[in-house]
Amino acid sequence: MTQQTPSNVRDNMRNVMRGGPGPGNMRKIEKARDPRSALVRLWPYLGAFQAGLIGVLILVIIYTLLGLVGPYLMGLAIDKFIATKDITGLVQVAVWMLVVYILNNIFQAIAGWVMSSISQRALKHMRRDLFGHLQTLPISYFDQRGAGELMSRLTNDIDAINQAVSQNVTTLLASVLSMVGILIAMFILDKWLALASLLVVPIMLWFTNFVAKYTRQGFRELQKHLGGLNATMEEGISGQKVVKAFRRNESVMAEFRKHNEEVFKAGVYANSYALLLMPLTNVLGNFFVIVLAGLGGWLALQGLVTVGVIATFITYAQGYVNPLRQLANMYNSIQAALAGAERVFEILDSPSEVDDAPQAASLAAMHGEVVFDHVRFGYNPETLIIKDMTLTAKAGQTVALVGPTGAGKTTIINLLTRFYELNGGSIQIDGKNIVDIKKDDLRRQLGLVLQDTFLFSGSVLENIRYGRLDASDEEVIEAAKMADADHFIRLLPQGYHTSLSERAANLSQGQRQMLAIARAILADPGILILDEATSSVDTRTEARIQKALLRLMQGRTSFVIAHRLSTIRDADQVLVINNGEIIEKGTHQELLDQRGFYHHLYVSQFKGQAI
Amino acid sequence: MKSILKLMKFIQPYWRRAAVALLILTSLVFLDLAIPRLIERIIDDGIAKNDQPLVIQTALIMIGISVLSTVLAILNSVFSVQIGEGVARDLRDALFAKIQSYSFGNLDQQKTGQLMVRLTSDVSALKMLTQVSLRIGTRAPLIMVGSMILMFSTSQNLALTMVPLLIVTTIIIVFFVRMMEPLFMTVQQKLDKLNTVLQENVSGVYLVKAFVRADFEAKRFESSNEEFALRSIKVMEFMSSMTPALTLCVNIGMVIVIWAGGLQSIRGDLSIGQIVAFTNYLLTVMTPLVMMAQLSNVWANGMVSAERVNEILDTIPEVQDAPDAVDLPLDSPGRVVFENVSFHYRNTNDEMVLDGINLTIEPGQTVAVLGATGSGKSTLAHLVPRFYDVTQGRVLLDGVDVRCIRQDSLLEKIAIVPQGTILFSGTVRDNVRYGNPAASDDEVIGAAQAAQAHDFITRFPNGYDSHIEERGVNLSGGQKQRIAIARALLTKPKILILDDSTSAVDVETETKIQDALAQRTFNHSTLIVAQRISTVLKADKIVVLDEGRIAAEGTHSELMQSSPIYREIYDSQLGAGFKLEESVIAESKQ
Repeated sequence: MTQQTPSNVRDNMRNVMRGGPGPGNMRKIEKARDPRSALVRLWPYLGAFQAGLIGVLILVIIYTLLGLVGPYLMGLAIDKFIATKDITGLVQVAVWMLVVYILNNIFQAIAGWVMSSISQRALKHMRRDLFGHLQTLPISYFDQRGAGELMSRLTNDIDAINQAVSQNVTTLLASVLSMVGILIAMFILDKWLALASLLVVPIMLWFTNFVAKYTRQGFRELQKHLGGLNATMEEGISGQKVVKAFRRNESVMAEFRKHNEEVFKAGVYANSYALLLMPLTNVLGNFFVIVLAGLGGWLALQGLVTVGVIATFITYAQGYVNPLRQLANMYNSIQAALAGAERVFEILDSPSEVDDAPQAASLAAMHGEVVFDHVRFGYNPETLIIKDMTLTAKAGQTVALVGPTGAGKTTIINLLTRFYELNGGSIQIDGKNIVDIKKDDLRRQLGLVLQDTFLFSGSVLENIRYGRLDASDEEVIEAAKMADADHFIRLLPQGYHTSLSERAANLSQGQRQMLAIARAILADPGILILDEATSSVDTRTEARIQKALLRLMQGRTSFVIAHRLSTIRDADQVLVINNGEIIEKGTHQELLDQRGFYHHLYVSQFKGQAI
Repeated sequence: MKSILKLMKFIQPYWRRAAVALLILTSLVFLDLAIPRLIERIIDDGIAKNDQPLVIQTALIMIGISVLSTVLAILNSVFSVQIGEGVARDLRDALFAKIQSYSFGNLDQQKTGQLMVRLTSDVSALKMLTQVSLRIGTRAPLIMVGSMILMFSTSQNLALTMVPLLIVTTIIIVFFVRMMEPLFMTVQQKLDKLNTVLQENVSGVYLVKAFVRADFEAKRFESSNEEFALRSIKVMEFMSSMTPALTLCVNIGMVIVIWAGGLQSIRGDLSIGQIVAFTNYLLTVMTPLVMMAQLSNVWANGMVSAERVNEILDTIPEVQDAPDAVDLPLDSPGRVVFENVSFHYRNTNDEMVLDGINLTIEPGQTVAVLGATGSGKSTLAHLVPRFYDVTQGRVLLDGVDVRCIRQDSLLEKIAIVPQGTILFSGTVRDNVRYGNPAASDDEVIGAAQAAQAHDFITRFPNGYDSHIEERGVNLSGGQKQRIAIARALLTKPKILILDDSTSAVDVETETKIQDALAQRTFNHSTLIVAQRISTVLKADKIVVLDEGRIAAEGTHSELMQSSPIYREIYDSQLGAGFKLEESVIAESKQ
């Protein structure tokens, strides 16, 4: 039998809200490595709301007690009044029952409200801490992990904790309390029946653990196969044009079918186990109720208990089994939440970016003279990318960095911005070692225009203003004009107030670059760092960008990772970088005259071309 | 509803098991309903009449029923899981096979992400629909009807008093279900917003740090964080009101039973056992309500998904083999002719992407197409392998209209290096060998050398056996492009199409690739699409495309003389007044 009680009803309602019964949802089922320490570290977030928690506790105790009184009154009504045909007594008890039930539910609602607020605020604080810490992490942390992976971890973990907390904390508390309460009440009513009730706990726990173990295993397996299937599908779809062009449809289909079959098998296995828990815990609970009914009936026949006590007992028994059932059903989501929390704490424990030196000075206006003095650096200290680099850029000069891919050009930017710390040597700006400058001040003086322009969701206006937050609308527009972006912005549906979707899919590459330039113009940095785009922009747009860049570079020290000849020819200094070293240095003409690597690099594109 | 009926064929292979599952489900209802009856019997006939064997007997029967119903419930679960997963598998199979048969035109209209959602979420929703229907489909209404009947047979009067309560409960449940859906949507929206900020800070971390915007971002995050928290609190508060509200309904029912039932019992119309049984029926009758709410939700989701799934299954591939399509002979030389070709994409306005193109690529010739973004270059290249069908005119390969050639035969002759390089997860070797799985290692290395990929591949820790991550994220753009070129070369095509496929390769390497292609006895015609002028300099013929028309045609030196557009492009990329000759002369003197 699967008789359902209000708490089952509630569980079902939850499932309805979440769009399906638990096991069917493909949630990752994980287990925390050290659940206790995760719990201990979670506690302070909730502990901050001590007063509220105590209030909830009191409310829970009250409504649990009231919940016990209801069935007791019912037994009383049956035994005392119905059996003795006492109408006034019956009416009185019924009224009392009504009052008790109403109060019970009101208190329960209030406890729920308070707890909602507390748990969400606690989660909010946790997210704030997480985000705050994320911001202090060094760039290397992000480079190593990759945005996609980090993001999916963050969102999944936050979601897992959120789900568990918002659904389970109050229930858990109430369940445990009401179990204890019911047990006490049972002992008061009849100690033999109560002792019999105790037996069900270990059996239930053992069962849950047993089933959960297989379920978890099953889902882990399923998750693995799903990962394989999803990867195959994703590749098969995103690469379908290539698949088609190379006539590989059949082998892709075969690969897909293999994974699909695996997922089917794993899915049947995992879900069968997952669905086992409900009937099993139900039957256990029912067994228990039946045993009580049988035992009670027998005791009643012996004259040891009354019929009313049995009726009360059966109601209690259900109230007692349900929390157990709920605990069993929550088991996995609590585990997942703890595993999520563990990883959140892992992030919180990762070391922050190197602090500013205590004597670090602030940096106001700057001339913009940059010196690299025997700089040594490697992302991995054993393999140096920059071996021994010395260079001087005078204030206002344009320095073009030229060299093959992977020569270390981008690394130079990472060092100048102090995204990474040097392994040796020093970098000086206006004669001051950058280690002795406050990082924020340093970066404020550096304007970055990167190859892949990153835009934030928000309006065009806001995106340009990112360069200087206190800029007025007029200043923003002025900057856009300087960047030659004004005319295309005005052609957008809402002009400057057009909102840019994620990663600005609605703008072309060239337009995005112009926005980045406008942003840099607005920031008005002392030193400019440009990574020229290699990617395809049509010629007319390119000419515009080029002009805008020239305007931007005027009067500023500029480092340009150059891909365009015109940029290189106009540079005051061309540095040819190969394998982390400056192998040639000079102006375009000087370098050509040297007949070295640059000359070779430069001329190679026309080699053998008869014109 | 119609869309679900259309998908019924996916259930068909499992109909026997589905019928059994439903049968089990129906029998479960009777067992469900028997329990309160038996409890009533224990109390009224056993305890009241002091009949001990009856009490024990009934208790044993109850245990038996309980065990039986558990076994049946588990059987039903297992069946429904098997059927659900089976349907899901078959649906995925059908969808994926369909998507694989799509032509470029079909694919352009759908993003990978969307299609993935069809294959995952939508299939999942339909799986749920199957599973949940099999698990509670007949049970919920039957339990409801059954327990109502039992309530009425126990005591008509008492049952009648329950009717208004049931109606109120139904209304409450419907209310909560209706309200919950949009409320959860708003929470999801706030969460999305929060995640966007997070996402931007993770992907844009360079910018945030470079512009020293940590405080600004923290504020932005805090405000989304607060909004999300407030929304969540609201929804949770709402949700935590639901339980008490429903419990109260049940409780009031209890009070009514005790009160009204008690009065009846005092009058002698009702036994105590019947009262207890009645409270049990009351609980039993409430659950199907919730189940049905659940079912309706699953059905609603399922119907939406079914529609979207059908949309995919009903799509007809734009390009298909003609019934009388022919195979090209093996020694077909590879002469491509565009004959007055015009083209516009379907489902767009009638603006022509290509307009009256006449172009011939002789066997072994290299033809380059140069033009600004949106000039129609790539489209032109895509017409040769018949990724799209021309709107007017025709494209001929060795004198045969490509629409009359079997696709398989056509594609066998052509290799394309697409604009956005797509590599597959697997080893480098697997990727190079993609178009020709039977190629020997020497051939793989040969192709990689020509594509200037051999050197960097051998520098990888595991050389050709190095693993390429999904979409090649662990390779630079230039490396990916070179592997893609090697992949194309290995198929030994008659026609090689390079669709802006050296844009991320530095000019020196690009030149080497071009030299290798020219020197080696690859013996193919080449169609190069490019924006960078250095890519096209050496072509036998350069075609300048402007707004879908051929604006100029000729060799580099011819075009420098005759075409202002070509010169404009040249100047903007290589610098006006740049003395190309000088450096070339200098080089050739060496």
